[in-house]
Amino acid sequence: MHNKNERLILNSDELRRAITRIAHEILERNKGAKDLVLVGLHTRGVPLAQRIAKTINSIEGTNLPIGKLDISLYRDDFIGRAKPIIKSTELPVPIEDQVVILVDDVLYTGRSIRAAMDALTDFGRAKSIQLAVLVDRGHREVPIRPDYIGKNIPTSRNEAVSVRLEEVDCLEGVTLAPNPGLIINERSDGKRGLED
Amino acid sequence: MKDRLLIKGARVICPANGIDKKIDVLVDAGEIKDTGVNIGASDGAISINATGLVLAPGLIDLHCHLREPGFEYKETVRSGTAAAVKGGFTTICAMPNTNPVADNATAIQSLMDKAKGQPARVLPIGAATKNSAGKELTEMADMVDAGAIGFSDDGNPISSDILMRHALEYSSALGVPIIDHCEVSSLFTNGQINEGWIASRLGLQGIPAAAEEQMVNRNIALAKLTGGWVHLAHVSTKGSVDSIRRAKKLGVRITAEATPHHLTLTEEAVLHRPGSSGIYKPLSEDAYNTMSKVNPPLRTQEDVDALVEGLADGIIDIIATDHAPHAYTEKLCPMQEAAFGISNLETAFASALSLVHNKKLNLPRLIESMASSPARLLQTSNKKIGQITKGFSADLTLFDMNTGWTVDTNQFVSKGKNSPLHGQKLKGKVILTIYKGQVVYSELNKDLLYT
Amino acid sequence: MSPHAGIPSLKPLASNRFDERKHVLDLDDFTPGEIQLVLDNALAMQEVMGRSVRKVPALRGKTIVTLFHEPSTRTRASFEQAGKILSADVINISDSASSAKKGESLYNTALSIQAMQADIIVVRHPHSGSTNFLARHLNSSIINAGDGYHAHPSQALLDLYTIQSHFGDIKNRKVVIVGDILYSRVARSNLWGLTKMGARVTLCAPPTLMPPDFINGFSKDHPFKSVSVTHNLSEAIKDADVVMALRLQAERQSKGRLPSLREYSRLYGINREILSLANKKVIVMHPGPMNENVEINTEIAHGPHSVIQEQVKNGVAVRMALLYAVAAANRGGK
Repeated sequence: MHNKNERLILNSDELRRAITRIAHEILERNKGAKDLVLVGLHTRGVPLAQRIAKTINSIEGTNLPIGKLDISLYRDDFIGRAKPIIKSTELPVPIEDQVVILVDDVLYTGRSIRAAMDALTDFGRAKSIQLAVLVDRGHREVPIRPDYIGKNIPTSRNEAVSVRLEEVDCLEGVTLAPNPGLIINERSDGKRGLED
Repeated sequence: MKDRLLIKGARVICPANGIDKKIDVLVDAGEIKDTGVNIGASDGAISINATGLVLAPGLIDLHCHLREPGFEYKETVRSGTAAAVKGGFTTICAMPNTNPVADNATAIQSLMDKAKGQPARVLPIGAATKNSAGKELTEMADMVDAGAIGFSDDGNPISSDILMRHALEYSSALGVPIIDHCEVSSLFTNGQINEGWIASRLGLQGIPAAAEEQMVNRNIALAKLTGGWVHLAHVSTKGSVDSIRRAKKLGVRITAEATPHHLTLTEEAVLHRPGSSGIYKPLSEDAYNTMSKVNPPLRTQEDVDALVEGLADGIIDIIATDHAPHAYTEKLCPMQEAAFGISNLETAFASALSLVHNKKLNLPRLIESMASSPARLLQTSNKKIGQITKGFSADLTLFDMNTGWTVDTNQFVSKGKNSPLHGQKLKGKVILTIYKGQVVYSELNKDLLYT
Repeated sequence: MSPHAGIPSLKPLASNRFDERKHVLDLDDFTPGEIQLVLDNALAMQEVMGRSVRKVPALRGKTIVTLFHEPSTRTRASFEQAGKILSADVINISDSASSAKKGESLYNTALSIQAMQADIIVVRHPHSGSTNFLARHLNSSIINAGDGYHAHPSQALLDLYTIQSHFGDIKNRKVVIVGDILYSRVARSNLWGLTKMGARVTLCAPPTLMPPDFINGFSKDHPFKSVSVTHNLSEAIKDADVVMALRLQAERQSKGRLPSLREYSRLYGINREILSLANKKVIVMHPGPMNENVEINTEIAHGPHSVIQEQVKNGVAVRMALLYAVAAANRGGK
């Protein structure tokens, strides 16, 4: 852990169980895996979507399409983007008449999800868009509500929630810490990036 | 009524007489009345305690542009002479590239008339060819009678060899020089700055040193051929200095001037990176400094060193300002659209003083090159100027060697605010300028200096 | 009141830090990381261009003015399209329609454009340094779209992008730039970009078309120290991965720099025979517009090694990335 004031909220086992639960809820809500497309938001939404898809595939024997979405070009602000890095956007199938499950790590103000829905709309008219998040920490600024939640974590605005995933951070777990401003994460590519 | 002034305790430098010592100078009725140790206060004289200051003959500039008539938005005789005395000059010679060109006795007379009552003496230079077009000679004798002290097509080099030959032959009978801006314009197109790595770096067309040197060599050959007197304006390259040195050894009748900017600045001023040399660093948005665009262009350090050495040796006879005022908007544009020239009268002396501070030149030689020698070149004008000698015109410059100041072009009295020195520190300041016995410029602190 | 009140004094030097870039005047003040960022983002922009809805709201509400004082087809259109895909409002001002024809100074024209609250002004001007001049006096961001013989950074970036997209990397690729180096802003900006990204660059031109200070090569403390210079094309082109031919103006002949276009073409034209000396996978680039059969043979220009059309296509994505980077760096307050 990077900060001695960090408090562990989910350990790696709990994290795994939360993902499994989300996978089951998705199948339950949509009565199976038909027409599902999982789309992860960069950065940590992408491996989360892959994990959820893997779980669903192992239950249903399917091979769900997984997309990646970068919302940089749809943000209503550039704030916090110290380096304007745009990552790849890839949708493996047309989303027309598909059920798109947007996947992100932390739901906070809701602005990223608003931007993500704008982006998705440019790719076609999905049958429905649902939202899965690992952590809902509250403090919404736009009317957005998640469909699947790994864990609700009540926070104050001056706290920071950090999700770390093996694929990106070489660590697993979710922590809560007093906000030192912005948390600097080591990225998998060795570059340092600011995340909001 | 003329002031009676007694200037006490200054270090008086008058190279023409070999004087460099602490003496008093008494001025009366526009003339130097007396010089000597401990001159007593005479009736009604204002006594100035000039201890710690230097008193020199009023500076003389053989090359400036007053722009009137035709370009009064750039400068007038009035604003130009005000700038001159602020810079320590009491005599300035105006180039004829006005509109219309000063190529006849009437135009010369008109300038002489305008100069009356101004704070400094203005001596006209007439055009060498009609309308400075390089085709036919002007009526030089008429103009000399009207007051012209030399002839030049400044800005337009006299490119016709045969016409230059005849100009030298004809003017030799009048005892005045042909002042030539040495440049073979056909050697380059649309040149902006010195040809070299900076021009290449900036993507600007260069003006090669050879363009000047070729013309210097031609002029030397023609001076030798005709026995006429050629004065080389604003020499800027080492090659020119070398040629002049050789020619002078052979006794060819040439004289030469260098400007304060060519003696102190290099082409790097165009990059607007004073004090930092080095190749191919990233350009700042302040590069392409049009204030440093001047013709001939600022050259390399090697050229600067050769010019300074030549000045110290007397190979370069004098310092002239080539004061070239322009409206600010004529510099507020891309380099290619910018006018050539530097507004120089108010900084020339302090900037030349840096050569003394840097021990490259001694102070008497500097005074000689800015007062005594120019006066010698003007001898035919029969003016008793350029010396602190009894009976000479009381044209005097009192200055402090060591006062530091920051150039602020907004404070220029010249209409031309175009100077690459804006914001730079200079050391040495004119305290008092006296022209024909009258104080025409003063920074005297009355409490300290009037006794 | 100062005698020229209202004339702005010099602004402090703009920072060239990664995230604080105000202007794009040349690549000389770019770090390799910053260049790589633009190339990476250009890849993302390429994806946007491949969508059925080619529009993203990134620069919504921003105003971009293209001010072109020199004829241009592709660069102007490229910037315009880039701005429009990013949802900026793009206003084009070209020479024939501009007040320059009525004698208005560049400064006054630019002030008027700034008064229209242009966030970014994309400038093409025949005089070197005119974009530096504008950057010095205006508050808008300036992007240089070609100034005289000085610089053409967006062209160099799209060239780098094209090389990268073909070879995966730029480092250690041998790039030969052939032709009128002396008068080429494309070559100058490419020299900065290519050397910063670690390419091995060879310049090849007749001595009359090479900057005089380049002819004898570069010293050890020069940023172009890795660049070689030659007058011999068959020597230069050996094992080249990239051959970049530059446009040759016919006026070089009339001004005495070349005896004839024919002889130029024989010595420096890119044809099948000379290209056979290069790497088998060599790509041939040209910034356009081409003089076919002068600096480049028709069969090469339209042959399998040519990536000239790709350059144009990549130009839009790279300029999107550039506009985005400048807008992101100059986001107004929180």
